[in-house]
Amino acid sequence: MYDIKELYEAFTVEEAIALRLAHPEAQIIAGGSDVLVQMREGKRAGKELISIYLVDEMRGVSIDEEENIRIGSLTSFSHITKDPIIQKYINVLGEAVDLVGGPQIRNIGTIGGNTCNGVTSADSASTLHAWEAVVELTGPEGVRRVPIKEFYIKAGTVDIRPGEIQTAILIPKASYENTFGFYHKYAMRNAMDIATTGCSVNVRLSEDKKTFERVRIAYGVAGPVPMRAPSAEAAANGKPVSEETMEAFGRAVLEDINPRTSWRAAKEFRQHIAYEMAKECLKESVIRAGGTL
Amino acid sequence: MANVGKSVPRVDAFDKVTGRAKYTDDICDKSALILRVVRSTIAHGYVRSVDTEEALKVPGVVAVYTPDDVPDICFPTAGHPWSTDPSHQDTADRKLLNAHVRYYGDDVAVVVAEDEVAAAQAARLVKVEYEELPFVLDPIEAMQEGAPQIQENTPGNVLKHTQIRNGNYEEARKEPGLICIDKWYTSQTVQHCHIENFIAYAYEEQGKIVVVSSTQIPHIVRRTVGQALGIPWGNVRIVKPYIGGGFGNKQDTLYEPLIAWVSMQLGGRLVKLDIPREDTFVSNRVRHAIKFHIISYVRPDGTYVARKVELFSNQGAYASHGHSIVAKAMGCFPQMYPCPNVEGDAYTVYTNMSAAGAMRGYGIPQAMFAYESHTDDVCKALNIDPEEFRRKNLMPVGYTDGFSKNVNYFDSYNQCMDKAMEYMDYRTKFEAYKNQTGPIRKGIGLSCFWYNTAVWPISLEHSSCRMVLNQDGSVQLQVGETEIGQGADTAYAQMAADVIGLADYTDVHVVSNQDTDVTPFGLGAYASRQTYVCGFSITKTGNILRDKILAAANELTRMPVSNLDIIDSNIVRISDGKILMTLADLATERLYSLSASEHITAEATYQIKSNAYSFGCCIAEVEVNIPMCRCEVKKIINVHDCGSLINPALATAQVHGGMSMGIGFGLSEELKFDPKTGKPLNNNLLDYKLSTIMDHPHLEAQFVENPEPTNPFGTKALGEPPATPVAPAIRNAILNATGVEVDSLPLNPHILFKRFTEEGLIKDPWREEN
Repeated sequence: MYDIKELYEAFTVEEAIALRLAHPEAQIIAGGSDVLVQMREGKRAGKELISIYLVDEMRGVSIDEEENIRIGSLTSFSHITKDPIIQKYINVLGEAVDLVGGPQIRNIGTIGGNTCNGVTSADSASTLHAWEAVVELTGPEGVRRVPIKEFYIKAGTVDIRPGEIQTAILIPKASYENTFGFYHKYAMRNAMDIATTGCSVNVRLSEDKKTFERVRIAYGVAGPVPMRAPSAEAAANGKPVSEETMEAFGRAVLEDINPRTSWRAAKEFRQHIAYEMAKECLKESVIRAGGTL
Repeated sequence: MANVGKSVPRVDAFDKVTGRAKYTDDICDKSALILRVVRSTIAHGYVRSVDTEEALKVPGVVAVYTPDDVPDICFPTAGHPWSTDPSHQDTADRKLLNAHVRYYGDDVAVVVAEDEVAAAQAARLVKVEYEELPFVLDPIEAMQEGAPQIQENTPGNVLKHTQIRNGNYEEARKEPGLICIDKWYTSQTVQHCHIENFIAYAYEEQGKIVVVSSTQIPHIVRRTVGQALGIPWGNVRIVKPYIGGGFGNKQDTLYEPLIAWVSMQLGGRLVKLDIPREDTFVSNRVRHAIKFHIISYVRPDGTYVARKVELFSNQGAYASHGHSIVAKAMGCFPQMYPCPNVEGDAYTVYTNMSAAGAMRGYGIPQAMFAYESHTDDVCKALNIDPEEFRRKNLMPVGYTDGFSKNVNYFDSYNQCMDKAMEYMDYRTKFEAYKNQTGPIRKGIGLSCFWYNTAVWPISLEHSSCRMVLNQDGSVQLQVGETEIGQGADTAYAQMAADVIGLADYTDVHVVSNQDTDVTPFGLGAYASRQTYVCGFSITKTGNILRDKILAAANELTRMPVSNLDIIDSNIVRISDGKILMTLADLATERLYSLSASEHITAEATYQIKSNAYSFGCCIAEVEVNIPMCRCEVKKIINVHDCGSLINPALATAQVHGGMSMGIGFGLSEELKFDPKTGKPLNNNLLDYKLSTIMDHPHLEAQFVENPEPTNPFGTKALGEPPATPVAPAIRNAILNATGVEVDSLPLNPHILFKRFTEEGLIKDPWREEN
């Protein structure tokens, strides 16, 4: 039995916006795999809910006119993993969200919910950061696009304005073209877990596969929100594909992240794993791009 | 013996897989009032006031009870047989609600409401004022002078201290040329994590209080509810439906007395308490975390000359099963590797943590981690092969324990190791994995284990049984040893069918759900004893039933009893094997006879004054990823000599469950508490790393079947033993892979990072530069 004050259901984006304006205090609920858990814990007990779960126009993956990959916010993790567009252009995202929880959670959980929670450990978040995703928000004034880095304001807080809902996540062509990536979820068990640290790397290699044309790396759980590692990227961009570059890349990560000791893990351990993961993810990305390392 | 020894399907399989089986919550009437316990938010202190005003304003709230309201009676909770000797009685150290709160999560108040939402809202609104006291979480710190005193009657916090003094340790260790191995091993706090949280409901009927509870021990809970409430034990009726696991947590009185008491305050109204998972972790029972200090003096040829062990067991805030656990852990030390000169000291110490109680293995998983890790450490120090050392030094055939009178009748250790080694290709791998280099290394590790069966002679051991013959020749069977998911009912049916002479085990209808007003007195499910003890009572009762059936057959057939037998549910003349009549015809004729009507029944109690060793081993093969600080179990086997198997498929399943529990205990599980506040940090199934099916390789279970001489079916313990050797086998495999001794559980990435860094296997360049 859940402590829910009222439940409002939307069937279209317009209805969802209208309900948001009519009930500004209400909590948006999609799959419910986080919201209901929090209600049970008492954190969101007694709240009004606006369910957008039945807004079917927000489901599915497509390529839009601008050649962006467009992922509807209500697309479930399992659908993302199995989608042919995802598998062709950004397979790493499908792999990353296939590590969320267990099969039941991946069937009900949505990528919109995963990002709107604003938590640093979300399995989709580091890959979306590393691929410079753009968040599409629809509100009373129309559509607004926000780079994912700016969408995350602080832990648990994202840039959604009154009356808005997140309707899609876009991956621009410039981001996914000729790009190959790898995600490592470091957790304490192989299922039903959240990441101790997550690392997502992607590379674009030169035609001869000898030079890094572009390297991007992002972490979950290295700070309060998912974050890129610019020093590491600078240490690899334009550099030869080599062990030396890989080592410099891994070492440079430590200039970008500043993990803290908590009961979940010690600072030294987090640094060590972040360094090892950066190297591993870079290496695997190179192999996927057809290079050798 | 047509039924025993076969892998027949469980008697409850169909009902359980189709959802037809009824558990406590399924049968509770929906009109029940809902209870919610308000828990302390400090680790130690006194409740100075409880403000219930806001809570009582929540619509639907019926009452809020505080420590001022409850009877001034301290009661024991342990699921032990009662002792009429006061010196052997369990410690009574808690009330229904406690004004002196002793751990973070202690029971301060209870809210009663019409539904769960109102109860949860009101519980959040109860305001408690505390006078805080210093607290202590570590047993050794709690033993120091000036440590906070947790229980009024236990100055110094040591609930109990027991000793072993065999030979002369101090003199023996002076022998020249001995090598001393002196080490500490630490086990962590873990929780049972049975699927069904504790749940119970209560109401009054016919002047009695009825409690329907998810418990392993209905007859014991009847007694403790009577004690806690100060009412006659006969005025309490406990009903046990199917239960979703217990693993020892429900071998304890949990909230049955509180629920019963609340119902009685409300005129006997139906009240229900369904404990949330977060509270199950903290406010039920946990496994004792134990610190072991072992000193071994060994000759270079691998002979133990003198040994010393100290055990410091973290009891938490309340006594529960208390010293029994660490006493068992210490008790096997001089038995497993006999040595003429042994000193042992075991301390059970109160701390401001969750109360520790029974959990599958009862101290032995902790003990095997320490003892079998130490075995490999001794071998490493002496450069002796760990297999050879075990074969030379483990308890020999013919060994008799002076206290329990247990005899090691068979060469179980060697036979089990032989089987496990063949399956794993142990020797080849053990040699191949020595002296590896590189980031990814393989290892293989061995651990044996010691276990026994039931609780004799420490406590009463008996079993009662009732059999009732139906008109169709089938039989109802009742015993006091409960089905808790382990498959006991099926084993009972198989044994009873063979004792009586029934064609099939499905001719035995086991009354699974228990009711203390109806079920024969029995002590419940614990100590890996159900099949062992029921083997006696089913045999005794079955023979009484047979005698009555054969006496009736004598009257009906005019054949002498000595020439009659019951075979495959028929009355058979022994001399020519002729079927004289079916058991069904006999039962029907006898019941409806106008001249000699008889309802054929039998009931008997058997007191068991024996116990039985149950030995075996585990071998684990691991892959250690040094840079990633990970250990993955790639292949694993447990081999058990639990005597003759009653049902091989169920025995295998029992081993699988225990191995899974052992993998979690070894690699990932740990209930953590904030050292600054005593607050539990990960009391949920996300943050507490119970291992999942994705964390297991195939679990191989094999058996050596030496029939146990003390038991009519040749069977002995299998419920708990499978959980005991897994963690040390994994630990010893990591040692084989890396040469690194890891001496505290769990063997998770955090400890591996620390140890690999200390041993130089991980050298983070930026840390060297600093």
